[in-house]
Amino acid sequence: MATGFYLGIDVGSVSTNLVVIDEKGSIVKKIYLRTEGKPIASVQRGLNQLGEDFKDHEILGAGVTGSGRKLIGKVIGADLVKNEITTHGVAALQVHPGVKTVFEIGGQDSKIIIIREGTVVDFAMNTVCAAGTGSFLDQQAKRLNISLEEFGGLALGAKVPVRIAGRCSVFAESDMIHKQQMGYRLEDIVAGLCEALMRNYFNNVGKGKEILPPVLFQGGVAANKGIKAAFEKELGYEIIIPEHYEVMGAWGAALLSRKTGKKMGFRGFSLSDREIRVESFECPDCPNCCEIVTVVIDGETIPGWGGRCGKWEKGVSRATG
Amino acid sequence: MTFPRMGQIDIPVQTLFTELGHQVVPPPPVTKRTFDLGVKHAPEFACLPFKMTLANYIEAIEKGAEAVVTFGGAGPCRFGYFAQVQKGILHDLGYDFELLLLDPPGAETRELFRSLRFLFGKNLKQPGRIWRALRLAWAKAVFLDRANRLYRRLLPRVAQKKAAEMEYQKFLRVMAAERDLHRLELVYTALAHNLDNLARLETGRVLRVKIVGEIYMILESGVNFHTENILGQMGVEVTRSVSMTHWVEANLLKALFPGHRRRTELLSIPHLTSFVGGHGRETIAETVDAGTNRVDGVVQILPFTCMPELVAQSILPDLSRRFNLPVLSLVLDEHSGAAGVTTRLEAFVDLLREKREKDEAKAGV
Repeated sequence: MATGFYLGIDVGSVSTNLVVIDEKGSIVKKIYLRTEGKPIASVQRGLNQLGEDFKDHEILGAGVTGSGRKLIGKVIGADLVKNEITTHGVAALQVHPGVKTVFEIGGQDSKIIIIREGTVVDFAMNTVCAAGTGSFLDQQAKRLNISLEEFGGLALGAKVPVRIAGRCSVFAESDMIHKQQMGYRLEDIVAGLCEALMRNYFNNVGKGKEILPPVLFQGGVAANKGIKAAFEKELGYEIIIPEHYEVMGAWGAALLSRKTGKKMGFRGFSLSDREIRVESFECPDCPNCCEIVTVVIDGETIPGWGGRCGKWEKGVSRATG
Repeated sequence: MTFPRMGQIDIPVQTLFTELGHQVVPPPPVTKRTFDLGVKHAPEFACLPFKMTLANYIEAIEKGAEAVVTFGGAGPCRFGYFAQVQKGILHDLGYDFELLLLDPPGAETRELFRSLRFLFGKNLKQPGRIWRALRLAWAKAVFLDRANRLYRRLLPRVAQKKAAEMEYQKFLRVMAAERDLHRLELVYTALAHNLDNLARLETGRVLRVKIVGEIYMILESGVNFHTENILGQMGVEVTRSVSMTHWVEANLLKALFPGHRRRTELLSIPHLTSFVGGHGRETIAETVDAGTNRVDGVVQILPFTCMPELVAQSILPDLSRRFNLPVLSLVLDEHSGAAGVTTRLEAFVDLLREKREKDEAKAGV
């Protein structure tokens, strides 16, 4: 029996994740890459790696999520383009059907998803501020001159975590330097930062939400043992980190594409070898001055988007002037 | 003269002043430059409505406006200080203009009379002209609100959403230019007819979302990323009580008819006992109203650092549980990106769809 696979891609601000799942929904292969501000290039790199294993298999559906979902969805010919809240919820339910709360902390955003009886009933995402997200940790780790990998382990060695004002990373820095000058141990400072992030998270996205166990903790920051410990200390019970915590969004997108089936048609792994160019311009045809984005693959333009009248989506290739 | 911009308020306001014989320079629609000017010259933690109206004045003064007409207030919301602080900022920047402040009676009555004399003074001998100008402007506001309601109801139900938007834009242009009171109804009927001619979708019962929150952020689509349009495109019907005419009624008529606000007060008092300023109390009252009517979800739109709406926001989770009504709070600021807003709205609509399917399945059993 020929087997088919489904592809899921999560194009986030910090990382681009790709997963391939089988027809049962289990992950066969996953790839975690840094986006580095170039979403198309990182997706191409990912497809190239996946192509080695899967180029002879049929991809029955492709789903895209994350902040770059619209662009990448057009480029790869996705069958499904879905927001990251829904995809994270779907993946969490796949791992743990009884899950009631999902914490997701990524590079520039953090979210909380409240699930009851298998459906998402409430959610929140951080607004206007990166406090309580991975970037906060990234910044502070750089200032302390330690890698993010060491960070979590160090925090676990803390005896008395120091209190650090974490509302804003600028204030956190001055507070942290002050504590260093006072002679606090590095472990205690790092643990203090983890607690600051946890407090931010509960103040920012967790406010007013009914947090009940089982809690799943996913997203890149879940790798950080110090943060997990800070959450558990505050909640008073254990939280679960799923095996594939870092690619849950991509997994959810793949699972959803299995449900919707083929629509657009995935353009294939060979995309990684083709020249993809994005062009944007102001449409001069009417006073709305819409910003139009089009993608050119090996010289061939695929329908653009961004206009309010709809003609670019229909495949008009240039302004009528 | 010029005035602050908020949604389609420029149409009736421009009509009123033009009919009174003033030269009007309406502020241009919100663009990236409006954001840049507002953010640059306003205090950092002022709210977006403050920043954007400040930028409105700058852009209008650049185009030749010599006087700014605006409202004042005397509640806990910062709106009461907008005009004075903005005047100070603009004078420091070297912009020369006359500020005509319409404060509620009782606070600065002399100032109010000075502004009213400037606005109506030329026509005191022709009360008929003043009456006609007021009637035409008010009628336009009423038809604009009515058209907006119609458009919000039809958008999720028509197949060609872009065509519907084009019709609506055309209606706004014609409405702005029309000077004959008796033709306004025709302009409206033409829109209704054209929208009615568009092919419909087979939708079944359409999801209904009510928008509550701060009035400027709700009405000015230039700062809320066209939230209502986004929801309409997703097949959701948007309802709201906050509108131009509602605002005028609530603020001007309240002075004349003290009983006018009773509904808002009755609905909100069990949850919020004091007047917190701005639209804080309306947000609570309208959410309660949504909870007891056929509304699937509520979206609260508020500017970052808005005190009245923050108070309301802290009460919303409680109302959400009480009425089994999902609520999404959208805090918007200059930093917000359209992608973030779309993501939240999309996820919220997904949530509402699933909830309804479940509720219906339960009811079926």
